[in-house]
Amino acid sequence: MSSSKSSCGVARRAFEWVDARFPVGKMVREHLTEYYAPKNFNFWYYFGSLALLVLVNQIVTGIFLTMSYKPDAQTAFASVEYIMRDVWGGRIIRYMHSTGASMFFVVVYLHMFRGLIYGSYRKPRELIWIFGMLIYLCLMGEAFFGYLLPWGQMSYWGAQVIVNLFSSVPIIGPDLAVWIRGDFSVSDATLNRFFAFHVIAIPLVLLGLVAAHILALHEVGSNNPDGVEIKKHKDPATGIPLDGIPFHPYYTVKDIFGAAVFLFIFFTIVYFFPEMGGYFLEYNNFIPADAMKTPEHIAPVWYFTPYYAMLRAVPSFLGTQVWGVLVMGGAVMIFFGLPWLDRGAVKSIRYRGLLYKSFLAAFVVSFLVLGYLGVMPSTPERTILARVLTVVYFGFFILMPWYTARDKTLPEPDRVQYSKH
Amino acid sequence: MGHGSRSPSENLSSGELSFKVGDQSRRRFLVNASAVIGAGVAVGVGAPFVMSLAPSERARAAGAPIEVDISQIEPGMKISAEWRGKVVWVLHRSKEMVANLAKTDALVEDPKSEQEQQPAYAKNEHRSIKPEYLVLEGVCTHLGCSPTQRNEIAPADLGNDWFGGFFCPCHGSKFDLSGRVYKGVPAPLNLRVPPHHYVGDSKIVIGEDQSA
Repeated sequence: MSSSKSSCGVARRAFEWVDARFPVGKMVREHLTEYYAPKNFNFWYYFGSLALLVLVNQIVTGIFLTMSYKPDAQTAFASVEYIMRDVWGGRIIRYMHSTGASMFFVVVYLHMFRGLIYGSYRKPRELIWIFGMLIYLCLMGEAFFGYLLPWGQMSYWGAQVIVNLFSSVPIIGPDLAVWIRGDFSVSDATLNRFFAFHVIAIPLVLLGLVAAHILALHEVGSNNPDGVEIKKHKDPATGIPLDGIPFHPYYTVKDIFGAAVFLFIFFTIVYFFPEMGGYFLEYNNFIPADAMKTPEHIAPVWYFTPYYAMLRAVPSFLGTQVWGVLVMGGAVMIFFGLPWLDRGAVKSIRYRGLLYKSFLAAFVVSFLVLGYLGVMPSTPERTILARVLTVVYFGFFILMPWYTARDKTLPEPDRVQYSKH
Repeated sequence: MGHGSRSPSENLSSGELSFKVGDQSRRRFLVNASAVIGAGVAVGVGAPFVMSLAPSERARAAGAPIEVDISQIEPGMKISAEWRGKVVWVLHRSKEMVANLAKTDALVEDPKSEQEQQPAYAKNEHRSIKPEYLVLEGVCTHLGCSPTQRNEIAPADLGNDWFGGFFCPCHGSKFDLSGRVYKGVPAPLNLRVPPHHYVGDSKIVIGEDQSA
């Protein structure tokens, strides 16, 4: 008894020693025990913490993959097979990494959708949204650079197609593509530098952005499904928002439950469906890269297919095919403008009118169907459908100042709506 | 950096350490001079990093010409060779194929090969030195996939305007048997004809012109 008491005393003294020299206690208070989040978070609020969980998974599994992987065009493909067959636990680690890549996008798309429906990008959270979008760009970069590393047929031809997008830039395009590849075609030099980008350059930027995303969030406070500010009503005595609850223990417990459910799904995929029918790991990528032969049908991994469908749908004219590239790039970049495009009187979909909901529904449908079209081989009918849906996709953004301002909204409540279950 | 407007003496209560007017302009000069030199240094330090991403000397040297034996190619068939990491085809066109080329003149974007996608000696109706042998880079001008040769006339999936040619599986671009791009497809330009010349009747050197 007395020994446990004294060891507790030692731990306390050690903590105080550190805390006097480094603000551990202050950081825990600011970001966990005294960070007050709205009490009405729902299902949609799982995905931020899940994204963090997947990020940790990618970093840890990535480090261990790096120990056996060889970034060399002669040995890369074989080293991945070596990891899969000969390294103890290698198959699981690799599948955790590849499944993690797809699940990262699942989680991030749901996280972004949450921001969309509850207006989380609106003032004063514009910077949180911008940091988030930069994180999304980094993720796309990570996914693209990482996909070349196994040096399979899809790796090779995917990189070939994407790098060639840059050669459509007028005048400097072809030289730019050569500069990006470091060679006149996708080669060992390309593989080596993509490895450097994938394992160190982008992860460093990504971690910085994640820190900025969370710091900006904790500065202004979380939005919630009602889209009303909890900081408007504070307890006069304590200054704590009346509708706020400390992140720890309330939301740490909630998020741990979410993580448990997520990991159950995640490991079911890792152990039983790691290729996910060719959507997480494409079959053609189990064939070594061959610069002489393009596979019959190439498609990017599912999370890029909405943009890929747009790229394919735009025809070339004036002797250049830069338009498709511009449309594809614009489709991603236009998300940055959301905080300034939305003129709605309310933030949350709960109080929006039919006009906004219709446009949102059309946008979601266009995104999903474009994703489907991007997986399928192109036919004239599908190309026309993709063109129509590309217009719908951009219409959601470009017409937003008009329809959000005209929308018949319901009055927002003064306080968040919450009932005990 | 940008704090020049604040007087240095502002924060000092007594006059003992205050600066004269001349000191102010000297400080400003030093800050500006350092900024200019700093920018120069940044460019100088950045240059090797930017340059290091360009193809290395070894990669540049690897583009040496290759020699291809064409004597064994059956009419209608092609062989593939690798030059500069790219696939290069030599297609032996049958007489019928050569005759069919005129039929696609109206269907293709650049029937007379006005765009600089071939050496001068291949800027003709068949885009080659000898009408029956076509040398092409098998790299789609859209996004660099390698098109598939389809010799059938008017197959169901390619339509009635098809007289044999190359179909790109990636994004559906179509080229005729001279590598001329069809109208209304994603690819903007004809397939590229690499520099090449004959050595005797049965050998082609790919990667250099006759004069070289």
